[in-house]
Amino acid sequence: MSAPSLNAALLLLADSRLPAGGHGHSGGAEAAIAAGAVRDLPTLAAFLRGRLATSGLVAACLAASACALAASSAGSGTAGDPAGAPPGGWAELDAEAGARTASPAQREASRVQGRLLLRTARRIWPSPVLDGLARAVPEGAHHPVALGAAAGVAGCAPGEAALAAAYAAVTGPATAAVRLLGLDPVAVHRLLADLAPDLERAASTGSGAAASPASVPPPRTAASVWAELPAHSAPALDLLAERHLRAGLRLFVS
Amino acid sequence: MGADHDDRHHAPHPHGRALRLGVGGPVGSGKTALTAALCRALGRTLRLAVVTNDIYTTEDADFLRRAGVLDPGRIAAVQTGCCPHTAIRDDIAANLDAVETLEERFGPLDLVIVESGGDNLTATFSRGLADRQIFVLDVSGGDKVPRKGGPGVTTADLLVINKTDLAPMVGADLTVMSRDAAAVREGRPVLFTSIRQEPEAHAVAEWVIGVVEAWAHGHGTGPRGHGHDSGSPGPGHRAGSPGHSHDHTPV
Amino acid sequence: MTARAVLATAPGPGGRTVLATMRSAPPITLRRTGPGQVYLVATAAGPLGGDDLALDIDVAPGTALDVRSVASTLVLPGPRPGSAPEESSMTITARIGAGASLRFAPEPTVLAAGCRHRMTVRLELAPDARVLWREEIVFGRYGEAPGRCRTRFDAVVGGRPLLRQEFTVGDPAIDASPAVYGDARCVGGTLITGPPGTAGSGSLLAGEAVIGDGWAVLPLAGPGVLVSALAPDAAGLRRRLERGETAALPR
Repeated sequence: MSAPSLNAALLLLADSRLPAGGHGHSGGAEAAIAAGAVRDLPTLAAFLRGRLATSGLVAACLAASACALAASSAGSGTAGDPAGAPPGGWAELDAEAGARTASPAQREASRVQGRLLLRTARRIWPSPVLDGLARAVPEGAHHPVALGAAAGVAGCAPGEAALAAAYAAVTGPATAAVRLLGLDPVAVHRLLADLAPDLERAASTGSGAAASPASVPPPRTAASVWAELPAHSAPALDLLAERHLRAGLRLFVS
Repeated sequence: MGADHDDRHHAPHPHGRALRLGVGGPVGSGKTALTAALCRALGRTLRLAVVTNDIYTTEDADFLRRAGVLDPGRIAAVQTGCCPHTAIRDDIAANLDAVETLEERFGPLDLVIVESGGDNLTATFSRGLADRQIFVLDVSGGDKVPRKGGPGVTTADLLVINKTDLAPMVGADLTVMSRDAAAVREGRPVLFTSIRQEPEAHAVAEWVIGVVEAWAHGHGTGPRGHGHDSGSPGPGHRAGSPGHSHDHTPV
Repeated sequence: MTARAVLATAPGPGGRTVLATMRSAPPITLRRTGPGQVYLVATAAGPLGGDDLALDIDVAPGTALDVRSVASTLVLPGPRPGSAPEESSMTITARIGAGASLRFAPEPTVLAAGCRHRMTVRLELAPDARVLWREEIVFGRYGEAPGRCRTRFDAVVGGRPLLRQEFTVGDPAIDASPAVYGDARCVGGTLITGPPGTAGSGSLLAGEAVIGDGWAVLPLAGPGVLVSALAPDAAGLRRRLERGETAALPR
């Protein structure tokens, strides 16, 4: 069950054309633009850098952990067991994502995106692991957890799941800024290319932080490793997300 | 979900869910007005819910509220991130989620209308989202539009040409539009409406009732555009003779 | 300098709270100013680079503790000029038992230029514990660029994570990001927990977030809310947090 060194499923998962509702989310960019905080390429670059260093990094680590959990539960079939969640199961990992998302607007956006992604992934890569995740978190798994689980089922390594999560954390807002500000799309992609080393660093951090119940030597548990995952906060994103929810006119969900 | 639900026709619903009807068309052609008209015309006889895409102004919501035929809770809004065509065609996840949420909350339903955000002539609904679709044009866009075709005009299950009351003012020839539409639509129906003059759009409502009934009886599982046509109600709906289905002669 | 101060309450006669342990460890000096009320008094400059300071708080079930400070904490670089600054650290752990309450609201932490600081807070709450925990960080003295600081805040209620947050200050590429602190020079938060309707001074807000200018009351995934604020200066930050705290605990 070792993952191939190059996994094309990673491209499918990271592609904005994956039909999982991602195009409707701006990752706070629409609100930041409405507030005047993002208005041109330099302010967008600063926005993306800050988002990647905070919620992007956290998402990468959660996704890597979910990927590792998916890979381990593919063998054991324990995770997501509806009869009593074992310590170190989907519900615990999802709760760690929730505790790292102070803004209820962002939690809701994350759950909606997670639910849509899981729905799509279950049809593309049918697996009892994904069914188990859907059962364990009926309100909709947080997006990084769903993304990591889908990546694991598709055969990606935790570092690849982390890379997909970090990538999504910046490409969503970048695309939204192109649409809302009429920025030159090539110039915006140049910004994304400049972030490539940071994306790889986030993936590597995520990969190093990932833990599954099978990989943690006692007396530690996967849950205790998840508790220590990065939790970088972005207070401005929290405030923007809540403001966005109350905006009279909005083109993006979040 | 509901293969076992209590169907209003007292028969097991062959599809296990409501008919999903897409309403698409260019900006300003009258999609929201048509959706509101269908709510007025059908809200008392069909169990109905509506999903709107993008900017749903309070004016529109108020319209439905005043019409008193649709509980505002039965209207779900989807934001499409400036990509209305993506949300109905390439990535339908958010719309499907909205439809299923409405069905879970209010189901069983007979009909869920998904109104697209205003788009262009190439925007059509994915078959994964809409079982049937209506494409709405208006005469003020020019009487050449049907001739130009495009997937919406040529393949929609029903083409509605709205604002016929404006035709004399904009110099649009309804006969030309009717003939051109028939030529590109291979027999699929065309209806002319003026929702301003006839706020319940009876002819369109009749067509919708026909496809809902056909759906409820298990027709129309094949590729859209053919299987259900036999189930469409008769008067004023003769495919290929759109001039006669002008809703100034309501059924 | 390494120091570990300890503060623990116990139930006293007549339902009062007594301070069972109050062990100062300079530079952290604890001073009792009233029943269940303690001031943190800094008896030396700093923390300075190389300092490793800790405060352990244990609020016994059914007791109440109020912790404040006289002045803000100024974090300074180490005393060894020329060499790379050593990291200073401040670690606070608090256990708040069943039915206990803790108010922890010291003056802000100011990150002087060149400092390298680490702040760690770990709260373990019984499910019905009531906590108001305020944290304020000021990015440098007036007109000064801040040193580096990493904070980590973990609040766990009944073994389940309620809030985990880390802040990094002093990376110019991140500090000014419109996603992180924008043009603010101060960041702060107040965690308020407790079962809705039973908080000491009123009823804890439940459900929807409340937002104001530069602050928000954010209902968390568990039993509590976070008042989060950004501001250009320390006085503004305090005003915003207090506004949010009032909104979170409406009388």
